[in-house]
Amino acid sequence: MTTRSYWYYPGCSSHASARDYRQSVALISSALGLDLVELEDWSCCGTTAMTSVEPRLSVVLSARNLALAEEAGGEADLVVTCNSCFATLRRAQEQYTTRQEVRAEVDEALAAIGRRYRGTVRVRHLLDVLVNDVGPDAVRERVRRPLSGLRLAPYYGCLLGRPRNDFEDPEEPLSMDRLLEATGATVVKFDRKSKCCGGALITTHEEAALLLVKEILSEAVARGAQAVVTACPMCQFNLDAYQARVNAAFGTRLRIPVIYFSQAVGLSLGFGASELGLGQRFVPAEGVVNL
Amino acid sequence: MSEVKIGVYVCHCGTNIADKVDVARVREFAEKLPGVEVARDYQYMCADPGQELIRRDIREMGINRVVVASCSPRMHEPTFRQVLESAGLNGYLFEMANIREHCSWVTEESELATHKAKALVAAAVRRVRFHEPLEDRYVEVNQSALVVGGGIAGIEAALKIAKAGKRVWLVEREPSIGGKMAGLDKTFPTLDCSACILTPKMVEAAQHPNITLLTYSEVEKVDGYVGNFQVTVRRKARYVSEEDCTGCGTCYQKCPKKVPSEFDGGLSQRKAIYVPFPQAVPNVPVIDRQNCIRFQTGRCGACEKFCPRDAVDFEQEDEFLTLEVGAIVVATGYETFEPEEAPQWGYDRYENVLTARQLERLVNASGPTGGKVLLRKDGEFSDEAPKSVAVLHCIGSRDENYYPYCSRLCCMASLKLAHLVKEKTGAQVYSFYIDIRSAGKGYEEFYTRVQAEGIQFIRGKGAEVLERDGQLYVHAEDTLLGVYREVPVDMVILSTAVTPAPGAARVAQIFGIQRSQDGFFLEAHPKLEPLKTATEGIYIAGCCQGPKDIPDSVAQGAGAAAEVLSLLTAGRVQISPVVAEIDDDVCSGCKVCVPLCPYSAIKYDEERRVCSVNEALCKGCGTCVASCPSGALSCRHFTDEQILAQIEEVCSV
Repeated sequence: MTTRSYWYYPGCSSHASARDYRQSVALISSALGLDLVELEDWSCCGTTAMTSVEPRLSVVLSARNLALAEEAGGEADLVVTCNSCFATLRRAQEQYTTRQEVRAEVDEALAAIGRRYRGTVRVRHLLDVLVNDVGPDAVRERVRRPLSGLRLAPYYGCLLGRPRNDFEDPEEPLSMDRLLEATGATVVKFDRKSKCCGGALITTHEEAALLLVKEILSEAVARGAQAVVTACPMCQFNLDAYQARVNAAFGTRLRIPVIYFSQAVGLSLGFGASELGLGQRFVPAEGVVNL
Repeated sequence: MSEVKIGVYVCHCGTNIADKVDVARVREFAEKLPGVEVARDYQYMCADPGQELIRRDIREMGINRVVVASCSPRMHEPTFRQVLESAGLNGYLFEMANIREHCSWVTEESELATHKAKALVAAAVRRVRFHEPLEDRYVEVNQSALVVGGGIAGIEAALKIAKAGKRVWLVEREPSIGGKMAGLDKTFPTLDCSACILTPKMVEAAQHPNITLLTYSEVEKVDGYVGNFQVTVRRKARYVSEEDCTGCGTCYQKCPKKVPSEFDGGLSQRKAIYVPFPQAVPNVPVIDRQNCIRFQTGRCGACEKFCPRDAVDFEQEDEFLTLEVGAIVVATGYETFEPEEAPQWGYDRYENVLTARQLERLVNASGPTGGKVLLRKDGEFSDEAPKSVAVLHCIGSRDENYYPYCSRLCCMASLKLAHLVKEKTGAQVYSFYIDIRSAGKGYEEFYTRVQAEGIQFIRGKGAEVLERDGQLYVHAEDTLLGVYREVPVDMVILSTAVTPAPGAARVAQIFGIQRSQDGFFLEAHPKLEPLKTATEGIYIAGCCQGPKDIPDSVAQGAGAAAEVLSLLTAGRVQISPVVAEIDDDVCSGCKVCVPLCPYSAIKYDEERRVCSVNEALCKGCGTCVASCPSGALSCRHFTDEQILAQIEEVCSV
């Protein structure tokens, strides 16, 4: 099996709410021949909170991480697993390479810590790597326990294809559909697959975010999905942790597990539920585990 | 040759040139140039008194070379050549120095502009010394015309040409003429029925003795040049003899195979042998080979069995015709944006999201529901009419993600459909728009009328359509109220963008037509030559040039006919003498130039082992001249001597 090497940027959530994401990513990536080398001394990407208060500093934070990957060398791409990190790092890359005034400020800030960025790093989402570098066929070949009979709703979140990039379509993303189909699961049609989950609004404007969560989960249930599959720790948390509040606010009776694509793939590759961290969810994922 | 006497005329162009360029100084400068007999400056050289200055100098002073320093030669070079001719001097003994577009309009500083104008005038004076008199040539024009595309623009063009007594071939790709207009219900703003005004014209075109209809046919190749085109047309096999068929319809009643009807936008079924719509012209069915059981499995053949005239012929093959025509009108129409490409509007997801073209069929009395607006349920039409309908403008238009331009006709079409739905169902109708563009005679009045009928106008583009608990919602930002709205509706109509027809690229290539950035065909001049193309003798009309409503398409069809008739009636066409020529004594017959010629004007003469230029085809572009390794090729009026003199002089001032 060919081994492909990448720099890996786990993102802050992987230390807290998304430990299971990190665990399962580690398992499936080695099983699929991906050598994810964690970037040394990485820091926060400067996501929403920072972007809203200090937009330029957010770019500096991202640029620092990009500079680390560049200094670490090689032709390897920088792989992220969080949609928000993905968008933030890409935005920094875009602004740094196309806007003279941003570049000047960032250069100055990085110089203060003895670093320099040349703008050469390519930021990619792990989904992109799995679908376009490894390929669904290679995944299918390694499936030991097909997820046949399992109905999954692929939820991409709003940031994977936005702003426009060459990896995903903003309205009708399909990479996760193709990946999950390779596991043998039934992937349901899902109109809200790229709608916003509420993101950080859940802390500042809870009412608005809960409505969005309700819409997404209700459609998944209506489509007969047994679990919602996400590609982002923020989405996963919003959809999983707030179901009780949604039910209280809207009188719904939602109770649907929300897992990561890496966990679904991990199950099909034959890993156990606990090593994939499936027990760490608010809504238990037993239904998914006991096929 | 007699002594060279050059007259130089510096134009003020009102203030266009004189504001930046010190014309008096340019004139004084020109007076001292070698060979210059007289130099003058004048307010408007192109006006009659200006022209008269030149004529008088030629007559009275014996001026035999003329330089006019004014605007771009694109507009007025022919004007001044004419002036020379009228004074008995060959028109090619003239040179124009462009001191407006190339100088006064683009130079900030007066001093620099004046300097540049001097350089350009000096260069023209040096060059004109080497000009040779050239004779315009003429070729005969074939007296018949080809019209490609049988929509309303093409029909109009064909009829007008035919009525003037000229022979017309009308080629249409589809089995029937009629184009997109045949699928419309009512037409804005007068609400007259589309079929009622179109079908008489279709029939007239079919019956006119001067028109030969070639439906289900496509142009494969165009050779020749203005006045003398040879056109190869493929007549696709219909598998039904046009001569024998009476259009009785037995074949498609008996045919057992059903497929979605293209004409009804997939809302109804047609048979594998079919006429696209009841009023089709010609009323002769065609067999859709891909879906015919006989062609796919060898069995069936019901149509053949039951045809009372033995008109069905499974053995029929494509035929090729070669037509000789003097002029060509391309009116190949448009397509509409396929909203499958944009899932946010729910077109492929929800069965009660329709395109405007589909709704046209639904409200039409001969459509799939007999003219009733009904909701669909599980793939079938129910008995239930919608209680609320949203019409979404600008789907794919004015949108950087799809088509940046305004499709122009859809605002009015959307208003019309909103009116028809309201009239037929009494439903609450919402119109989601960015701006209402109702420029046209009676259009704004129609908008006012529709508003008064109680249609709700929401200024905000329909961003997406989503279903929740079996109910469709249109999401939009209402930019007048400044709020985000989710409007529940039973049915959504998408007014999709007008796009170039599929195959526009190929058509452009066949006819040598250029396309603008949006993919539509490019006219020769955006204001003054809307119907001509870069290829002489080939004209465009209707939506192939850009989105147009019916009145504009008809006007263009008639206009293109006028272009054709002025060419045909003249009987002969002038061919520019500015062409390449080959010195046989120098040509080595290497053939480098042959494939380079974009007009296929160069042929290799096997016998004499040299290349030769067909002057009727040559456009004088000079590509071959630059490529010739032995220097055998030259271009008249652009000789090395002339060009080098010009360059030398422009650099030395």
